[in-house]
Amino acid sequence: MAASAERLRAPLITPLTLVLGLLAAVAAYFVVQRFALGLGAVTNINAGYPWGIWVVIDVVIGSAIGCGGFAMALLIYVFNRGEHSPLMRPALLGGLFGYTLAGAAVLIDLGRWWQFYNLVLPWHMNPNSVMLEIGLCVMLYVVVLWLEFSPAILERLGWTGWQRRIDGIMWLLIALGIVLPFMHQSSLGSALIVLGTKIDPVYQTPFLPLLFVTSALAMGWGVVIAEATTVSHSFRRPSEHRLIVRIARVVGWLLLVWVAGRFVGLMVRGALGGVFAGSAAAATFWVETALALFATAVCLSPAWRRSEPLMLLAGLAIILFGALYRFAAYLVAYHPVGSYSYAPSVPELTVTIGIIALEILLYLSFVKLFPVLHATRRAPAQA
Amino acid sequence: MADYAVQLAEALGPDPDAPIRRFGTVTRRQLFRFCAGVAATMGLSQAAGVRMAQAAESPARPPVIWLSGQECTGCTESLLRAYHPSLETLILDLISLDYHYVLCSGAGRQATDHKHKVMDEYRGQYVLVTEGGTPMKDGGIYCKSGGKTHVELVREAAAGAAAVIAIGSCASWGGVQSAGPNPTGAVGTHEVIPGTTVINIPGCPPNPYNFLSTVLHLLTFGRPPALDAENRPRFAYGRLIHENCERRPHFDAGRFALEFGDEGHRQGFCLYKIGCKGPETYANCPAIGFGDVGEGSWPVANGAPCFGCTEKGIGFDKPVHALATLRTQTPPSVYPATDAPKGEGLSPGAAALAAGAAGIAIGAGAMLVRDVGRRDKGGEA
Repeated sequence: MAASAERLRAPLITPLTLVLGLLAAVAAYFVVQRFALGLGAVTNINAGYPWGIWVVIDVVIGSAIGCGGFAMALLIYVFNRGEHSPLMRPALLGGLFGYTLAGAAVLIDLGRWWQFYNLVLPWHMNPNSVMLEIGLCVMLYVVVLWLEFSPAILERLGWTGWQRRIDGIMWLLIALGIVLPFMHQSSLGSALIVLGTKIDPVYQTPFLPLLFVTSALAMGWGVVIAEATTVSHSFRRPSEHRLIVRIARVVGWLLLVWVAGRFVGLMVRGALGGVFAGSAAAATFWVETALALFATAVCLSPAWRRSEPLMLLAGLAIILFGALYRFAAYLVAYHPVGSYSYAPSVPELTVTIGIIALEILLYLSFVKLFPVLHATRRAPAQA
Repeated sequence: MADYAVQLAEALGPDPDAPIRRFGTVTRRQLFRFCAGVAATMGLSQAAGVRMAQAAESPARPPVIWLSGQECTGCTESLLRAYHPSLETLILDLISLDYHYVLCSGAGRQATDHKHKVMDEYRGQYVLVTEGGTPMKDGGIYCKSGGKTHVELVREAAAGAAAVIAIGSCASWGGVQSAGPNPTGAVGTHEVIPGTTVINIPGCPPNPYNFLSTVLHLLTFGRPPALDAENRPRFAYGRLIHENCERRPHFDAGRFALEFGDEGHRQGFCLYKIGCKGPETYANCPAIGFGDVGEGSWPVANGAPCFGCTEKGIGFDKPVHALATLRTQTPPSVYPATDAPKGEGLSPGAAALAAGAAGIAIGAGAMLVRDVGRRDKGGEA
């Protein structure tokens, strides 16, 4: 955290935060109902679809959107691009809530949530389980994220002694902050491999872990691009576009290799015909490919990537691409045995919307409470 | 049980793993194991297996006269292709095959003379096996050997036989030759020699082990195994193919192949609707298979409907595509649903909420991009 940061001097309560708070409160009502009456009373999940949108949107997509901190740490510390460090704390903050609320969503979604502690008891562990790996890894990563972010809080509180101690182990936290997402983001792909023929051939491949972890990285960078542009614009702060363009070059090439690799994989497995089958899985495949190629074009074209609105659009396209890929792989390309169908219920949707609202609300509150954003010499404006 | 162990130990002798000289490389232990298996197939006790082995090893081998009528030699071929430890050794050494048109080394008058010599010498002791149908029309002139019609040859040999076995569908009731319009008036062996009990081993070809088991039973107990109304051994022809068929669960669940090569056919569904005669044919095909290559080596397993070769009036008579007459239960026209749709559809409220949320997200994104665009231009200006 070499770059100096400052908190945003703006009122905590605005019309936007009030609306977000209201959405979160409605969600809380249904969460209470879920714990009082059970999953069946609130959700539409069934024996064929044990994973609904709570898992797919709140956990699988939510954690990938929270990969900003992971993607930036990789860029700053592994590829030694120190100039990006002004973007580190905001990215970390996004990941902090993405992951913390993903963990909370898992707990809400667990049928017998009171058995949750068994996950950490070694004598109850099944070492061959993909879910065990994801569960332990995400839990540990949430702790690591909070510690990684803690200097911002300690700085505000003025606890310099603790701040020094955390800085002393920061190298370890950053290393863990890169290793852990590699582990569980790839395992989210492995979780589909073990479903075998229940996953459409267009999506089922032994490379799922690689596709999941690399698209999570792309999403992390996409979030940083969109977030940095939005924040600097909304709070009338100096533009970070110079740094964003450098990230865009990396993510552009990554997406290009990703799309090409996916096509080659389909050809090698003889499943390329499936993308012309006219199925729902084929449709999402083409939309994902189109979104990824649009983002690639913007990121790799020197003329286009100079434009801030185009770059913002590319960042949003990358997030949408990664989210759609996850949603499609987990729900659209998933064909359970038997005639099961699934569509989320109103309370189910409300909880997911409320969790997303809470994430945005907490992010907005934290940038106003703690030094997160890159320090600027310009006089702060009202927002 | 203890008695059986003592009996077995005594019968096996001091050196059970030494080859039996008459049987080439076959040891006594192998012979006993084989006979125990045969006894089990026939539903006999373990002790019967020991007695069979002893009978098979006995130097007093009964002579066998094998007559060939209107046939394709498929039954003989099938028998020669059985692989159980030196089966051909067993069948050829266990019995004294004194006359077989295909297998004898001599030919012409020499072979015929030997046959007559054996028939005279062992009168009342030899076993007669007939393969192929017997033409009766026009004095039986449509099948002759050594100047005599097959009718004469069968009657002549049957007169001095201890037992008569008809192998194959042709010998059992006339087989393919007797199919309409039956130009030669072909009939089964039992119609040629009325009054004599003929053990029928129908099949096209029959499973060699059904024949061998019957012969071992005859040798051991001196009488044929339990027979059904068609004089077929009950141990082999006591149950419908339908009862033991591995595709039976598909029949019960209503999953049928409707034509060759369709989705159901490729999935291994029941073949009843494309003419499988399993529901009206008695045989042990699904239980023991063919060719000694393990499970699933019989027509239905390979996707070919049973054509009823062991059943008079079905095989060679009923068209291959005709539906079998169900002797047990008929499939219902409607089955209880096993895959009723489960799960809630998208409610109008949920659809509105999801669409609204997506709309707000897209709208906010679009507004943001527009605003950033304005500032971008403003900044440059």
